[in-house]
Amino acid sequence: MSARAVRRRLKSGTMTGIVAALAILAVLPLLLIFGDLIHKGASSIDWNFFVKSPVPAGETGGGVANAIVGSIIVVLLGCVVGMPIGVGTGLFLAEFGNGRMGWMVRFIADVLNGTPSIVVGIFAWTWLVKPVGHFSALAGGAALAILMIPMLARTTEEMVRLVPNSLREAALALGYPRWRTSLTIVARTAMGGIVTGGLVAVARVAGETAPLLFTALGNLNFSTSIREPMQTLSLQIYTYATGPFEEWHRLAWAAAVVLMALVLTLALAARWATRQRFGNKSAI
Amino acid sequence: MARLANLPAVAPSVSVPLVTVPAGSSSHGAPRMEQRPEDVKRPDNALVRIETRRLSALFGRAIAVKETSLFFPTNTVTAIIGPSGCGKSTFLRCLNRMHELSDGGWSTGSVLLDGADIYGPGVDPVAIRRRIGMVFQRPTPFPTMSIYDNVASGLKVGDHAYKRREIDDAVERALRQGALWDEVKDRLHTSATALSGGQQQRLCIARAVAPLPEVLLLDEPTASLDPAGTQRIEELCHELKRQYTIVIVTHNMQQAARVSDYTAFFYMGDLIEIGRTSQLFTKPAKEQTEAYLTGRFG
Repeated sequence: MSARAVRRRLKSGTMTGIVAALAILAVLPLLLIFGDLIHKGASSIDWNFFVKSPVPAGETGGGVANAIVGSIIVVLLGCVVGMPIGVGTGLFLAEFGNGRMGWMVRFIADVLNGTPSIVVGIFAWTWLVKPVGHFSALAGGAALAILMIPMLARTTEEMVRLVPNSLREAALALGYPRWRTSLTIVARTAMGGIVTGGLVAVARVAGETAPLLFTALGNLNFSTSIREPMQTLSLQIYTYATGPFEEWHRLAWAAAVVLMALVLTLALAARWATRQRFGNKSAI
Repeated sequence: MARLANLPAVAPSVSVPLVTVPAGSSSHGAPRMEQRPEDVKRPDNALVRIETRRLSALFGRAIAVKETSLFFPTNTVTAIIGPSGCGKSTFLRCLNRMHELSDGGWSTGSVLLDGADIYGPGVDPVAIRRRIGMVFQRPTPFPTMSIYDNVASGLKVGDHAYKRREIDDAVERALRQGALWDEVKDRLHTSATALSGGQQQRLCIARAVAPLPEVLLLDEPTASLDPAGTQRIEELCHELKRQYTIVIVTHNMQQAARVSDYTAFFYMGDLIEIGRTSQLFTKPAKEQTEAYLTGRFG
């Protein structure tokens, strides 16, 4: 082998090694977080952890059933409010958003996407907590919805834009009205992508803490009333982790494992939905 | 001239070029060069399915089709040929008001469907498109729907609420008309995208004819198909013209010669010549037509 060929191979090998090392470095935090969580939290997870509410400080035992149920309720509230608005906005942007109005909506969505979640929390507190006079799960759901809407709008827009124009034209040529083309042909074809975007958005807001501190507040008792303050996993972790008791720290780790598992499941579900979409020829 | 109503589908007495400028059409715009002798008679009104009068199609300020007047007799196949960019697809898209959906697309003049202007005031383009089916260059089955649902889709958007039985019957009829029934009758409820390209295109034809339109517009329907698929579509044209009036845009002159009764030649947005296919291909009246047919340009 000539000296030049050796040099080339060496260079190629070095570069490959460097980018591989960087890639490992990128995923290392996730692996470390996982390892740490499982190491410190998994041992505290038992059946009681899922079905019992917290016990008064100082006692051992108890669980986070209230936080798990609360998280689900608050996130569901966020979805109920945020999904129709977000997906509808995305559909509008993709199908009718080439004018000035579309440009403005898109710009605002992008700004809102970059707004710190704690600002959204303060906003929700100003309008939904202060006038009412008490914290509530409803306000928490609204705050999460505000976070979800711009994410959903932009992912939906991208997915809908992937639908080829020929499909739109085929429907219109068949005598579909414009709105029906958008809903039954275009949106349905893009559904896989929209669902994926929805799951990613849910996964992101499920872990939000800051906007809920000002709205859902947290609740040490089991509560399903959306007009009352409600506990969520993220708030529980915040309370327990900043508290003075060793028992609380232990429970915080365990709650973190549960929250992480929840988010991971949603992410996997999103991946699965995407694979369905591209693996099967029926997609775009 | 004899009454044409009793004549066979292709009225043999209409051997002269088919295009005339109707008497009332010069009410606006500058007078234009005549494209055919003044003494040409139009066939009986009942035999004209679609007629265009000084139809121009534009994209913004760019003109794609210039003041075209011609008509399409009922139960005939008319081929529109011409080099790329000559405006033949745009012309076709004016016939079912699809052109106006393109970016910057608008048109002037009129298109008469059974004597009524589809560009007239108060006419709903959506309703017009239900009466004029269209098939595109690339097969466009709806990917989220089964074969059955694809064919039935045009029936479900109309004003009439069909019963389940009626839809079943219409789907079978349309698939038979699209020469696809035997191939798919056992898997009507499977995905339409699993079909081959040629089958998908025939599915699109079936979908277009399911609501029983009066006219079928085919925009280069075989451009993405192999020879076998192309042949099947061409055979279909012969079958379908018994029931529908067909306008087919094609790049392929042999195809035009094979499938059509009349051929219109477009060049640079102008209708150069229209006539019986046999005549246009053997004895074209215009120099440009001959040049194109013999492959000297385009």
